[in-house]
Amino acid sequence: MELVNPGIGLIFWMIVIFGLLLLVLGKYAWKPIMKSLHEREQSIDKALKSADKAREEMKNLQADNEKLRQEAREERDKILKQARDKQNEIIEQAREEANQERQKILDSAKKEISNEKQAAARELRETVADISLKVAEKIIRQELEDEKKQQKLVEKYFDEVDFR
Amino acid sequence: MNKVKLAKALRIFAPILLLGILLQVNPLYASESSDPGNNGSGEEEYNAGHMILDHIVDHYSWHIMTIDGHEVAIDLPVILYHNNQWNVFMSSRFDHGHSSYKGFKIAQEGPNAGKIVHITHENDETKLERPIDLSITKNVAALFVVAIITLLIFLSVARSYKKKTYQAPKGLQSFLEPLILFIRDEVAIASIGKEKYHKFMPYLLTLFFFIFLMNLLGLVPIPPIGGANLTGNLAVTGVMALFTLIITLASSNKNYWRHTFNTPGIPVLLKLPIPIIPVIELVGILTKPFVLMVRLFANITAGHIVLLSFVSIIFIFTNNIDPIAGWAVSPVSLLFGVFISLLELLVAFIQAYVFVLLSALYIGMAMEEEH
Repeated sequence: MELVNPGIGLIFWMIVIFGLLLLVLGKYAWKPIMKSLHEREQSIDKALKSADKAREEMKNLQADNEKLRQEAREERDKILKQARDKQNEIIEQAREEANQERQKILDSAKKEISNEKQAAARELRETVADISLKVAEKIIRQELEDEKKQQKLVEKYFDEVDFR
Repeated sequence: MNKVKLAKALRIFAPILLLGILLQVNPLYASESSDPGNNGSGEEEYNAGHMILDHIVDHYSWHIMTIDGHEVAIDLPVILYHNNQWNVFMSSRFDHGHSSYKGFKIAQEGPNAGKIVHITHENDETKLERPIDLSITKNVAALFVVAIITLLIFLSVARSYKKKTYQAPKGLQSFLEPLILFIRDEVAIASIGKEKYHKFMPYLLTLFFFIFLMNLLGLVPIPPIGGANLTGNLAVTGVMALFTLIITLASSNKNYWRHTFNTPGIPVLLKLPIPIIPVIELVGILTKPFVLMVRLFANITAGHIVLLSFVSIIFIFTNNIDPIAGWAVSPVSLLFGVFISLLELLVAFIQAYVFVLLSALYIGMAMEEEH
């Protein structure tokens, strides 16, 4: 039965064909295919690793950024605080100076007023004395027109004077 | 593997199979009926067994179809070495087995039926001798076709790998890459180990794809692309099993032979004075490739026989009952034929996988270190 009794020719040709196929495919197909599969896998591996690394670096960078921003914020707060302090100090100083100035002005005004008042009072006194003298002169002149009256007055004055 | 791609492949394959079945069997029926060998009555019986066997064995010419009793076949060269002499001629000289040429003819019966024998007349006695026959038979030609297709596919795929090493696979490459990776990861690395698998990849990949393509093209019944039952031939499977045996033995280490001849953990009485275990182990070394050979052969041949049997039912019904019965049974028969064909697609892959997996396992076993 031919089914289980294969010919020597087919065996011979099969060895030749399969052997040649093995050699040719091994050299020109499987070698480059396996090599490029390997290389591709390695490159994918490498790419994944470098992506991981980049992610790590990104994280570090972000942390750095955050730190920098925090520092900047603190710096800003410090500067603002300093500025506010300075401002307060300046305002305080200005107020003090203004106070002093006002006090000075006030003092000098008071002094002026009191000077003026004294002067006015002196003038008033002089004027009053003058007027009083003139009034008194007129009164005296009127009084002394009558002899009797003059006499009486002298007497009175004499009464008033204490001769002791 | 990608389901969509598999479905696509099936969609392409199914019509080809159907067409092929119709193309192949109908003319064959005609050729059987017009075969002058069993001439005599015009209406001789259709012999399904003959037809099926005729389809799965080797031939000296590649039969395509028979039109009006004329066989249309691809003429193949016959190469014979007999009496220290080479004889090379085309197989058409035999007129499809009807005539002899240069003292050679195709034996019609006897132990060498279907093969070329040399007729020697000696003292009125006819002796039939078998020459050394290196003819390019149908199967050899089909082997060349499959080898060329394999080369075309993988050289082009290798080119696209070289061209775009760091890019995603495309086209044919992306269809084959999962298979290549499957053989590498699930077969070679799993059976041989990560350190040593590299050396055996060319053999395992060639083996897998060659068997797979032979199985698939054996299902395509259109000559000269398919139509030959290659992996259903013991010579073909035997040579591949032999390669596995040689590679296994060539890569075997001391540990392997120690396990064979002086298996540890076995009572001494089983090794001396009668070496029972060593004999069993030695026979085992030979039965492994033998089983490889027979498994592939039997699976593929069985598939072909079942497929052809379903188609034969039509002709059996037509001949033995009525042409109408033949018509009636043909849809059922074709449906089962297509079903078996699709099943055979699965078997084509599974058997290629099993052959390669076991080869890798045997190689891995031969290289196992002591533990």
